Amino acid sequence: MTAANENAELIETDVVIIGAGPCGLFAVFELGLLDLKCHVVDILGRAGGQCAELYPEKPIYDVPALPVVTGQELTDRLMEQIKPFGPEFHFDERIDELTREADGRFRLVSDQGTVFLTKVVVIAAGGGSFTPKRPPLDGIENYEGSSVFYSVRKIESMRGRDVVVIGGGDSALDWTLSLQPVAKSLTLIHRRDEFRAAPHSVEKMRALVAEGKVRLAIGQVTALQGDGKNLQSVTLKTGTGEETLPCDAMLPFFGLTMKLGPVANWGLNLNENLVPVDTERFETSEKGIFAIGDINSYPGKLKLILSGFHEAALMAQAASRIVNPDKKVLFQYTTSSSSLQKKLGVK
Amino acid sequence: MAKITFIQPDGSSQTVDADIGLTVMEAAKLNNVEGIEAECGGACACATCHVYVDDAWRAATGKPSDMEEDMLDFAFDVRESSRLSCQMKITAAIDGLVVRVPAKQF
Repeated sequence: MTAANENAELIETDVVIIGAGPCGLFAVFELGLLDLKCHVVDILGRAGGQCAELYPEKPIYDVPALPVVTGQELTDRLMEQIKPFGPEFHFDERIDELTREADGRFRLVSDQGTVFLTKVVVIAAGGGSFTPKRPPLDGIENYEGSSVFYSVRKIESMRGRDVVVIGGGDSALDWTLSLQPVAKSLTLIHRRDEFRAAPHSVEKMRALVAEGKVRLAIGQVTALQGDGKNLQSVTLKTGTGEETLPCDAMLPFFGLTMKLGPVANWGLNLNENLVPVDTERFETSEKGIFAIGDINSYPGKLKLILSGFHEAALMAQAASRIVNPDKKVLFQYTTSSSSLQKKLGVK
Repeated sequence: MAKITFIQPDGSSQTVDADIGLTVMEAAKLNNVEGIEAECGGACACATCHVYVDDAWRAATGKPSDMEEDMLDFAFDVRESSRLSCQMKITAAIDGLVVRVPAKQF
């Protein structure tokens, strides 16, 4: 147990939903109608999952009754729809451990040390955890954590180092600006002399380049040199040739990719990085752990948002029977049920 | 129908028949061409369907849009001939197209 865990709060709840994409969000709604209280954990810093991360401004045409909706609009509407149920969100957190307690509940521990005790787990993790892309450079994994970083927790840790930042977006530019004052040298490498980052950051960077405080190199890193643990230099390939650039801290920013991540370690049956479920409850091989949305598989599965919504509704019925085994669930419509309307805050 | 040839890093090649109007990425996925991942499903949002267009076909396939150019920042070993195959529509004019699959999509 780490120090963080000892100090961390313990959260007891009915349901922990892993993933705040559209299916995870709609699960809050369906579970909420059945009086189940949800905590939602997501590795990203906001709700929406792929919809918000990959295509916030791109139109989706196959959500029933919405002829066209963008990923961000869909997320915003779902957030509004689930508001009455007061879900608690834990962003920028990843559930790393899942174990079953003696009383049948699940103990979940996040990478930030938050501990959940929950009766039901809903895995709505889509394509998996969004993780930084690792440039396919030979031996790079040996340098991760010592010389290669995808984020920096302490700026001071970069003091006096020869820093190389790669990329042309906001992350690359923001880290260039904040690390330059402490770094021994800072080189920003990008494949072209155009940047996607916010214009004011680009201006600041160009000013630092003009003052000789930052070097901007248009090119790509093609190889790493070091002792297998600490990086000493990188090979920079530009339009005019190759050079060896001293570097003991490299920060590559090539966006995010999806990896199954810790879900693979929880003892669930897996099939080609997907979680097989039944089509009545959408339950995994472990009772009380459900999987909905893109991450599950069953005969005929379609990775559509609307399929995930359906899965959320059926899962909620089964989850309710686990949390409240003695309670009779009366099937009701939101249109006519005054008790459902009360829960929704419309009556 | 148009023929599209995908050449792998090891030199092996696969020629597929593709319907006009599909994208080169879709043609690759329909025919299980290795190395075209298309993680985002063709939304120009992930850069995992990166290909190099054969020099003979560069003029016919045109240049990437600004959005595609931005997304190419997320690909590795980007060259002058780099394109995202999800952004290349198959037309009769590119019947016979040859593209190379990079060694790694990340």
